[in-house]
Amino acid sequence: MAEFLGINLFGLFGQLLVGLINGSFYALLSLGLAIIFGLLKIINFAQGAIYMLGAFLAYLALQYLGISYWAALIVVPLVVGLLGILMERFLIRPIANEDHLYSLLLTFGVALVLQGLFTHLFGSSGMSYPIPEAFSGGIKLPFMYLPNYRAWIVVASLVVCVGTWWMIEKTKLGAYLRAGTENPALMQAFGINVPLMVTLTFGFGVALAGFAGVMAAPVYSVSPDMGSNLLIVVFAIVVIGGMGSIGGAIITGLGMGIVEGLTKYFYPEASNTVIFLVMVIVLLIKPAGLFGKEA
Amino acid sequence: MKISKLSIVLLGVALVAPFVMYPVLLMKILCFALFASAFNLLLGFVGLLSFGHAIFLGTGGYVTGYLVMNSGLSPLLGILAGTAAAAALGAVYGKLSVKREGIYFAMVTLALAQLMFFVFLQAPFTGGENGLQGIPRGFLFGFIDLSDNLNMYYFVLAIFLFGFWVINRTIHSPFGQVLKAIRENEPRATSLGYNVNDYKWAAFVISAALSGLAGSTKTLVFQLASLTDVHWHMSGEVVLMTLVGGMGTIFGPLVGAAAIVGLQNFLSGGELGNYVHIIMGLIFIVCVLAFRSGIVGEIQKIVKRNFS
Repeated sequence: MAEFLGINLFGLFGQLLVGLINGSFYALLSLGLAIIFGLLKIINFAQGAIYMLGAFLAYLALQYLGISYWAALIVVPLVVGLLGILMERFLIRPIANEDHLYSLLLTFGVALVLQGLFTHLFGSSGMSYPIPEAFSGGIKLPFMYLPNYRAWIVVASLVVCVGTWWMIEKTKLGAYLRAGTENPALMQAFGINVPLMVTLTFGFGVALAGFAGVMAAPVYSVSPDMGSNLLIVVFAIVVIGGMGSIGGAIITGLGMGIVEGLTKYFYPEASNTVIFLVMVIVLLIKPAGLFGKEA
Repeated sequence: MKISKLSIVLLGVALVAPFVMYPVLLMKILCFALFASAFNLLLGFVGLLSFGHAIFLGTGGYVTGYLVMNSGLSPLLGILAGTAAAAALGAVYGKLSVKREGIYFAMVTLALAQLMFFVFLQAPFTGGENGLQGIPRGFLFGFIDLSDNLNMYYFVLAIFLFGFWVINRTIHSPFGQVLKAIRENEPRATSLGYNVNDYKWAAFVISAALSGLAGSTKTLVFQLASLTDVHWHMSGEVVLMTLVGGMGTIFGPLVGAAAIVGLQNFLSGGELGNYVHIIMGLIFIVCVLAFRSGIVGEIQKIVKRNFS
């Protein structure tokens, strides 16, 4: 029945869906990285650990405070964003004038501390987070079974990504942000509080990772190293896409998720490495990245 | 090359050390000191932060381990093969990663290292999660029994001194001067007619080869090659060693490696063992915020201020 040119459509669509879901998380994380990079010119190595933190906070909130998934979806990004603001204000700003490699090392240190802390507290085995009731069950499509929660992940991340893109590219606030990316000194001269903007931007970029963490909690097991492995893949994606454009980060993230899904179906042995191989090819052909501007 | 009084004192200490301290710990320090020095050649003298250097350490280790175990290669040939493999991988990865700079360079090296990590995880000859265990140390030149820790120690010391000498020669050569010029002002170096990427690539290959040498040696010392050596944690550790000791200084990576390996050894024995990663992370943060010159860098500052 579900065969076409010798391809098992059931399996293919299943893997495509998994790819699309992974791609949603890639997009959310690389979007956060790109926004932070735009203003601060640093890469937040702690982005993966913060994604992990988001998932754990959602888990703990449900377990000990009875805070539901829906509330966590709002509260956790706020809490995580606040932590990001404190991190920018007290750790990153003091060394803002040093070589940017130092701030990279600093965020790496933060990532180690967070991951070490959660490994120590909860061990390295994963916890499971129940799928919210509104999304239990799924829809039967002609070629596949689509669990409701998975559909929700794709829709919700798309909404958040497109919303962020719209805010940055189309609103006045976004115009400030883009101007700050181009020339922060001139912005300051026009009377705009650039340091405050930098802090809030960092908070927002980090909050996106927290949001992704809450979204991920019901589908992946909540474990201390869930973020670090993901982050390295996201780095490869950032190199593939280049950090020149917000839209580019979103498209590359989703696209690479799909590429990974397809590889899982056609040649599963390479599914872990395919994104890195794509990075190698992009480095050979267009070193600045698909959407990169710099030489 | 002038040999300073300090070097002679240090060499004396290294020769007597195994009679005072546990030789295996000393060998571990020497291997990591070589690894960190090789890494520092890139970070401290060319200004390139590689976040995937563990892959060269691990590649050297796996290749040496596999060949010594299964092809009956002598320890020296095994180490040579491991070093050559790391150099070859470094040649390919270097070509790719010098295309990008700064933060991108760090991300590219990390991603490339992760690619190879998965290869080692899945490849049939690496023993997967278990790694290669029980690798024989063998006989050096056919008659020196390396299973004796003291013999092994002097063998490792000789390898370390060779690697350290290569790094020193590189830094103080005309080639090294060009590297420093690139670190200080890359557009200027380009305008003076130097092909900057070729110089960076050459430095990358030397660094990768010596990291491989360190890894090959370490595999023989511990008779083990495992995924720990190619994991990104290891790449982070070598950054930390260099940072703590003082990047861009000759002796910094040695001091840093001794400090970090010593600390890990101390922590793993006590009840703080579970906190190793947290403590490493905190050291990272403190070093970056308040202690960017590292131990040797700070000492040099004090010496400069008071004695010259």
